[in-house]
Amino acid sequence: MALLLPTLLGLSLLTFALLRFIPGDPVQVMLGEHASAEQIARFRASRGLDQPLLVQYLRYVESLMRGDWGRAIVTNLPVTTELVQRLPATIELGLAALFIACVVGIPVGVLAAHRRNSFVDLLASGGALIGVSMPLFWLGLLFGHFFGYRLGWLPPSGRLTIGIGLEPLTRFYVLDSVLTGNLRALVDALRHLTLPALTLSTVPLAVIIRMTRACLLDVLAQDYVRTARAKGLPEQAVLLRHALRNAWLPILTVIGLQLGSLFSGAILTETIFSWPGVGQLIVDRVLSRDYPAVQGVVLITALIVVLTNLATDLCCACLDPRIRYE
Amino acid sequence: MSDGRPSLPRENGARRLSGRRLRLLRSKRAVTGLAILACVVIAALFAPWLAPHDPLQQHLLERRQPPSRQYPLGLDELGRDNLSRIICGARLSLRVGVIAVVLALAAGGLLGSAAGYRGRWLDSLIMSLVDVLQAFPTLLLAIAMIVVLGRGLTNVLYALAITMIPTYARLMRIGVLAAKERDYVLAARAIGVSPGRLLRRHILPACLIPLQVQATLGVGTAILEAAGLSFLGLGAQPPTPEWGAMLGQGRGAIFAAPHIVLFPGLAIMFTVLGFNLLGDGLRDT
Repeated sequence: MALLLPTLLGLSLLTFALLRFIPGDPVQVMLGEHASAEQIARFRASRGLDQPLLVQYLRYVESLMRGDWGRAIVTNLPVTTELVQRLPATIELGLAALFIACVVGIPVGVLAAHRRNSFVDLLASGGALIGVSMPLFWLGLLFGHFFGYRLGWLPPSGRLTIGIGLEPLTRFYVLDSVLTGNLRALVDALRHLTLPALTLSTVPLAVIIRMTRACLLDVLAQDYVRTARAKGLPEQAVLLRHALRNAWLPILTVIGLQLGSLFSGAILTETIFSWPGVGQLIVDRVLSRDYPAVQGVVLITALIVVLTNLATDLCCACLDPRIRYE
Repeated sequence: MSDGRPSLPRENGARRLSGRRLRLLRSKRAVTGLAILACVVIAALFAPWLAPHDPLQQHLLERRQPPSRQYPLGLDELGRDNLSRIICGARLSLRVGVIAVVLALAAGGLLGSAAGYRGRWLDSLIMSLVDVLQAFPTLLLAIAMIVVLGRGLTNVLYALAITMIPTYARLMRIGVLAAKERDYVLAARAIGVSPGRLLRRHILPACLIPLQVQATLGVGTAILEAAGLSFLGLGAQPPTPEWGAMLGQGRGAIFAAPHIVLFPGLAIMFTVLGFNLLGDGLRDT
């Protein structure tokens, strides 16, 4: 917890610096090329940009705390409003990808470790290696092309078919459709979610397979596993109750650490599948030089990553009393 | 006094390294990786001679032509030869990947060894900086850096180098912390070896292997990320034949001519696979 404060301080300093260090005059950039000198001076005074840097920074932190994250230039909406609209889409996509990665990755990793050097192991390890080497955006393009356009099995873009009514309660469409009991929207939302989530899941899937396999191989070499086998326990019980339980911690840690790479991947995945999340937002706004929006996305994402890492550490401490004593 | 002794560990080190090289050559993974990388490096070095056509010349009448005898990988949406563009792209991707890692390694190594060797407040300061940098997803941090630096492949290179600093700083710090307490380092310090020499001759060589593995894997990651940024339009600008940019510019034509998107992606995958195989092989030896 004590480590969180310097990190938050650093985050705010970095995002503050982001807007101050852009090439050229930031105010000129924000107001456009045709702004007059008087307009620029008025804008500067109104935003306190004529104050010393330290004062500006303190004001910035204060307004962040108040929930005033500035206005996006392109839409003239408060940045927080845009984030609230877009963040659920990204989180839904990320969770779906992580779900696929865990549900497929952990059993495959266990199987690969159990049948070490078998064909299954070769296939799983080779697949994982290719998974981390593949450009995600390329895989997404191919998925969209074949399953979306060529075969027409799944929709290749967007979150929901136009015309399907869904009341946005939480803006997590899958959750919303369950809450409102709207079966048609649920099926449609899940169909839209499949291709982007599959694409985004490749890297975490590969990492989870490799980590599960490696951890389990470590544990399977331990004496207590030999004891469990020697006393005649069925192999399934040895694997799941004795081995996997002790391999959980590093696997859980690595799952928590995937969050950063999920966000990175989401930027590319959302661009390919026109998924209206914060990843697509930041790419759009970097290209149109909407710096307050970019700053907002950078800050909120980093905050989420920091908090999740903290939560992972706490989870590990709950699961393993040894960590608590350290 | 210092005549005979320093040469002894060095000889040992040299022998160990050659043993390691031998083991590396026995690892199937490493050899496959090396073979792939050899092809990529040859393509990069001799690109102007290997490329059958000019990578920038447009044959507008034959645009989107599928693979044929004359153009083995077909033509892109502006009628440029795909094969020549991919061969020339090897040069760009390797350069970005390698230079970004070298820069990150230099900066991260310096920060990490300072933190590990000096300890105390310097350690806390450097490590909080590293923590902050690591809180940002890499691609997002790279995009933020590009906002400041401007678009272009060179700026992508710097941005990626900055995102990779934390990894190397951490590895170096842990290595230095572990090596610092070894008997031979304590002995060297006891006979009055200067801190700079202590770090250079006695501590750093012990930290090299994990850094070597990470750097090899890092080049692959950097190539992937640079391609991703160019795909988004933030890196290499047209008409540069960069693999990611080729995918980004060709994506609109995927329905009419899938080959435009297929081959640059394969090129990225094989190159990164080569680095990952070699990195895995290095780790296992």
